Amino acid sequence: MSNRVTNLLVPIISVILGLLVGAVIMLVSGYNPLEGYAALWNGIFGDMYTIGETIRQITPYLLAGLAVAFAFRSGLFNIGVEGQLIVGWFAAAYVGVAVELPKIIHLPLAIIAAAVAGALWGFVPGLLKAKFHVHEVIITIMMNYIALHVTNALIRTVSDGGDRTENIFASASLRSEFLENLTEFSRLHLGIVLALVMVGVMWFILEKTTLGFELKAVGFNKNASQYAGMNVNKNIILAMVISGAFAGMAGAMEALGTFEYVSSKGGFTGIGFDGIAVALLGMNTPLGVIFGATLFGSLKYGALNMPNAAGIPIEIVEIVIAVIIFFVASGYIIRLLLLRASAKKKEAK
Amino acid sequence: MSFLDVLYFIIPSAIFYAAPLILVAIGGVFSEKSGVVNIGLEGLMVIGAFVGILFNLLYADTFGAATPWISLIAAMVAALLLSLLHAVASISFRADQVVSGVAINLLAVALSLYLVKRIFDKGQTDFITERFARYNVPFLSDIPVIGPLFFTSVYNTSFFAIGVAFVAWFVIYKTPFGLRLRAVGEHPMAADTMGVNVARMRYIAVMISGALAGIGGAIYAQTITNDFGHATINGQGFMALAAMIFGKWHPLGAMGAALFFGFAQSLSIVGSSIPIIQEIPNVFLLILPYVLTIFALAGFIGRANAPLANGKPYIKGQR
Repeated sequence: MSNRVTNLLVPIISVILGLLVGAVIMLVSGYNPLEGYAALWNGIFGDMYTIGETIRQITPYLLAGLAVAFAFRSGLFNIGVEGQLIVGWFAAAYVGVAVELPKIIHLPLAIIAAAVAGALWGFVPGLLKAKFHVHEVIITIMMNYIALHVTNALIRTVSDGGDRTENIFASASLRSEFLENLTEFSRLHLGIVLALVMVGVMWFILEKTTLGFELKAVGFNKNASQYAGMNVNKNIILAMVISGAFAGMAGAMEALGTFEYVSSKGGFTGIGFDGIAVALLGMNTPLGVIFGATLFGSLKYGALNMPNAAGIPIEIVEIVIAVIIFFVASGYIIRLLLLRASAKKKEAK
Repeated sequence: MSFLDVLYFIIPSAIFYAAPLILVAIGGVFSEKSGVVNIGLEGLMVIGAFVGILFNLLYADTFGAATPWISLIAAMVAALLLSLLHAVASISFRADQVVSGVAINLLAVALSLYLVKRIFDKGQTDFITERFARYNVPFLSDIPVIGPLFFTSVYNTSFFAIGVAFVAWFVIYKTPFGLRLRAVGEHPMAADTMGVNVARMRYIAVMISGALAGIGGAIYAQTITNDFGHATINGQGFMALAAMIFGKWHPLGAMGAALFFGFAQSLSIVGSSIPIIQEIPNVFLLILPYVLTIFALAGFIGRANAPLANGKPYIKGQR
């Protein structure tokens, strides 16, 4: 079996194993897994409205997945996508509320504000990694909590003690009448177009530019890149900044499309952490991210139908997602088993 | 309110908040000293908290006042079993340890909430009736200054946590087992050459971390929240991870850092009733532990070196 095929098989096998584990758990705890998965299916593809909402859910997952994948390609593990998303969400909503401008200026400005906020939040761990060799995982986890508390405080200040901002001006909104009419008035918005364009942008940066070549080289081997004359520190910081910008834009999707405001949060949104799953499943490639985001976004939105239609708690889908990550991470053992299986076939011949 | 009154107010509550952090951070020290990064501490704490509360609710009638302590054992076993999953992935399956830890965190929260909804048919459990009791230590609480600070209306769990920290220090630095543990985390190949079973040591270390995190989670739930819901643990595991790093991977250092974080946490909660601290916006107190950890890592408080082989799977025969 060629390497390429095994690489593709690992995520697929992981997804199947994850769904199987989910079925077993439903069975053991006294639910009917067939009913459960039927409810999940209907929750994703039931009618035009649910399809619209599913695509809406996929949108931030695409960008969060891109953020994690981009950092991974440069050898960095950005767990801070969650925090970068939260500051991006706030920045976009703030620009959306604070000023009223013509749409052609206002909307891009709000999106750029989100990207810049996310990039700044990614810059700090990037700088500390480059200058002090501090592991980015811990710093980004800490930055997540700082983002959560700081944005909550800012929201309170902006809204005079309230726990959410006003709705953004229509000139900053991503909603489109055309998409709403198409999908029976779901909250589907134009963000999906932006997210797909960003998938293309990531592909272009990584595959067609010198910067992308250097980023990947640093990801493969820092010392070799240094020896070849690349500025490793600059590349580490740039990778985190670009990754953070993607994450910030994911926040803009929520601020300008889905909710049109920002409210203070008791805990994390989870989108950033799921972005890790998206990137891993997609093997950190732009196309793979589309696959991963579609799968996890659909699962997440479809799960909302499970309590009503089958009486099963939505957490079952979170369990499935966790198990999928677990198996993708343990890819070594799946590869080993595949290798053994194909070796046996050869012997039999 | 005099300065001493303020201290009488804050210090006991700081120790109270620190106890679970100490235990979980010590668990982290064991795991990482052996070379296995354990981001899953948060999830292990969640499982501990869930099982602790569940056991307490189910068996409060049977065991009476001893229930919280027996719940700790149940929580320990549950978290230990979950940590085995992390051990298998990161030691035997050579998984990326951070990713496996993330999976453990997601799994623990999802699984325990799923079970809560299955068993109680709502988003959180009932409140427990049998709780750890506060009490005054006889004689010691009568000592001026020290008595009210450390020995008045205390929880036994706090003494337990501090005791565990000292035991952990002894085990890691003064026993052959501890020497092997550290060797496996610093230079697994050398340890292997000397006949130490690297995989076995790492399995044991991860299991210890699971057990301690489970106990820590159960203590947190049974002293602070008294029920279990999605926001019960809410980052305490990551806080413990920060304490471990802030304490430079040393059990007593981790304890000190956990005490300090407990202090910061209690400030942000009780601070509103203390004159000087009232003036500081709450958000600064909330982010203080995280900001301090970042400063500590950036080397402002002396260099902290992680165990050399931390996070790397050991593959026999590989240079």
